[in-house]
Amino acid sequence: MLLNVEHLKITFHDRDSRFDAVEDFSLSMEEGEVVGIVGESGSGKSMTAHALMGLIPRSQADISGKALFQGSDLLAMSRAQLRQVQGKDLSIIFQEPMTSLNPTMKIGRQVEDALRVHTRLAAGERKARALEAMALAGLPEPEELYSCYPHELSGGMRQRVMIAAALVLRPRLLIADEPTTALDVTIQAQILDTLKDINGREGTAILFISHDLGVVRALCSRVVVMRRGLIVEEGPADQVFYHPREEYTRQLIAARPTRKKLRGGGGHG
Amino acid sequence: MRKKNWYLTLGLVLTVLSVGYSALGLFWTPYSSTAMSGPDRYALPSLAHPFGCDHMGRDVFSRTLEGASATLTIALAVVVIGFVAGLVIGALCGYYGGVADAVIMRLCDAVAAFPSVLLGLVILAITGPGKYNVIAALGILFIPSFARLTRGEFLKYRDRDFVKAARLMKVSPLRIIFRHILPNTWPVLLSGLTIGFNNAVLAEASMSYLGIGVGPGDTSLGRMISEAQSYFTTAPWLVLFPALVTILLILGAGMLGEGIRERLGER
Amino acid sequence: MAKTICKRLGLLVVTLLLVTFLAFLAFSILPGDPTHSILGLNATQEQIDTLRAQLGLDLPLWQRYFNWLAGLFTGNLGTSYNYDMPVGQLLAGRVGVTATLAGLAFVLIVVISIPLGILCARYEGGVVDRVLTVLNQITMSIPNFLLGFLLTFLFSLVLRWFVVGSFSAATAQGIGDWLGYLFFPALAIALPKAAMTVKMLRSSILGEMKEDYVRTAYSKGNSKGAVLWRYALRNAMIPVITFLAMTIADIVAGSIVVEQVFAVQGIGQMLVTSIGNRDYPVVQAIVAFIALIVVVCNFAADALYRVMDPRLRQR
Repeated sequence: MLLNVEHLKITFHDRDSRFDAVEDFSLSMEEGEVVGIVGESGSGKSMTAHALMGLIPRSQADISGKALFQGSDLLAMSRAQLRQVQGKDLSIIFQEPMTSLNPTMKIGRQVEDALRVHTRLAAGERKARALEAMALAGLPEPEELYSCYPHELSGGMRQRVMIAAALVLRPRLLIADEPTTALDVTIQAQILDTLKDINGREGTAILFISHDLGVVRALCSRVVVMRRGLIVEEGPADQVFYHPREEYTRQLIAARPTRKKLRGGGGHG
Repeated sequence: MRKKNWYLTLGLVLTVLSVGYSALGLFWTPYSSTAMSGPDRYALPSLAHPFGCDHMGRDVFSRTLEGASATLTIALAVVVIGFVAGLVIGALCGYYGGVADAVIMRLCDAVAAFPSVLLGLVILAITGPGKYNVIAALGILFIPSFARLTRGEFLKYRDRDFVKAARLMKVSPLRIIFRHILPNTWPVLLSGLTIGFNNAVLAEASMSYLGIGVGPGDTSLGRMISEAQSYFTTAPWLVLFPALVTILLILGAGMLGEGIRERLGER
Repeated sequence: MAKTICKRLGLLVVTLLLVTFLAFLAFSILPGDPTHSILGLNATQEQIDTLRAQLGLDLPLWQRYFNWLAGLFTGNLGTSYNYDMPVGQLLAGRVGVTATLAGLAFVLIVVISIPLGILCARYEGGVVDRVLTVLNQITMSIPNFLLGFLLTFLFSLVLRWFVVGSFSAATAQGIGDWLGYLFFPALAIALPKAAMTVKMLRSSILGEMKEDYVRTAYSKGNSKGAVLWRYALRNAMIPVITFLAMTIADIVAGSIVVEQVFAVQGIGQMLVTSIGNRDYPVVQAIVAFIALIVVVCNFAADALYRVMDPRLRQR
């Protein structure tokens, strides 16, 4: 088993209030599996992703439960131990491709970042690996983009750069936190295709987080539906989409634009 | 419960104390600030003379009161001139925009690029020293920074829905500017006002210290410090007390401004 | 890119001409004839005419401006009324003093504020951060001439590290003593500005540390220190470097005041004396000189900003 989360609970606290962002979350994933987490904003799905990734400062929140990744508990690791995993076996891409890249650093250096942290490769070797990852992420002419700055790229391209940077060390699990939400429909479909392709070629497991059940169904084999920090429903993607057991899941499906509208709006890229 | 805003509390206390002290000097001093007394020359601080006496036996407490009141008057007058004129110019430029706005703002940028002490000295080099010349020179020099601040705020609100609505309802532009937009800009302008006050105290003190500020007959904190400089090694309290009042005036207003900004940041 | 540079340089030249013209004009339209103050009231008309021709006062205004402008570059800036000496010669020795003082102050600002700003941001809310925040607020509130007094009191009267007013003696002693003396006035100029820079750098870094790209850096396994040094700092420095370049104008203004406290014979002191004596050729030259520095620094600040931020480079 690649990932096994048991009873994850995230409680934010400041001076005078406490707030349970996630009350009870459990999930297990096999190597190479693509699993989706769906829920409306505030359901705790992104918090779950960030907590697994070790991106929630421990001074801001109490995180309890277990999250075994390749056999060791991410939640029990020291910061130094966690840093050994971050960006190496476990990677993440974010919702905001426009702001998630450093505006004053060249694309190439940002793609290589994980190599700098985790390996002692020479500059030439790093560049070769970066270009490889950029090609894998579907970026055309990586050599040229290598010395560009983020502002010279479109949103879709930037998200591909993020994907390339996340994949440069061939992680076993990629967490994708609403990676297509900020992009328009055509680009969204292309990025989903790329992720699917990567999963097929590299065997990278993907934990895909979205508010859009349709998008999740297109990519994932299994879906977890979350609401207010709790799991509402879980099952194979098609089953949850076509035969939802819970009223909330039905509402989520009804709330998204119909497939016809989606087709009409963007076509298939 | 909100985090305690120490800046605001302390700033208010210091401002009330230092401004109160300076304002007191406008109405009352325990001794005449010019009365000399031979036996009291270089008298150390005592009950009769809390800040001691200077080289001519004049009461430093009374002189500091008077100097502080002069500095306060000058600083307030400068800020009022700069603020009112800057407000009007900035509001009109920000609201209407256009070529006039571009030209005026370039001019303001140019003036604001120069330290006000320097430009103040240049103007006073031409007009000669004197309290009113200082007020006029610094007042004019402070217009650009207030104009830029006000303009920035007005740009922010110019295209808001409530302004558009007022325009559709045929409210007169002046009314929109002063009744609809202006009240929203107070918090920012207020914190700008404290910075302006600080700079005014600083500029006046520096210029008068250099002897190119208030005229020979006038006192001010800067002038007192300048006069006391020769006795610095023998009677440091002559410098100490006017210096303390100057610093407290600036510190109080500075913290007040910081407190206002902190308050704004929370919202 | 080349076009932008040309455009900017053109703007710089126009600004310089405008600023020097204003400086020239301000002192040329003054009422009163400078010949009176030189020759006294009993001079004959012939004497006055000769002197007017000698000073170039019989020429039209624009011609006088261009003569004077040419003089700015050749050093021929007219004659001081008060010292009866060429202004260029009068200022020659002093420019170096003030330039050194200003340069020293600038170095002190950078050396003091950058490490402290980083320290405060790195350990936000810690003891160092809190103490420095308080110290900063106080330092910013002390006018630099008063800071000069404070330093004099501490280092000259209490510790006896230097003697106020011994600048010319220190000059005679050699470059080491000379710099040693200038260190204290430079500190008086630098401290309030350094305090402002610390505050600005701290909040700039903390602002950057909240950006999304910092989160990305963390997700790659970077430590907090690495994120700060390799990612946030560069971006946080952009506004700070612009601020520092603009600060040079304030440093020069500060040196005018502080030279007076420490009895340093620089152009600031000369300016103050000359304003008192209504020695306009000297005032005019110094004002034009300082104006040049201010304009060039602003230009440099703008250029630096464009170099540091790739988003602005293309425009």
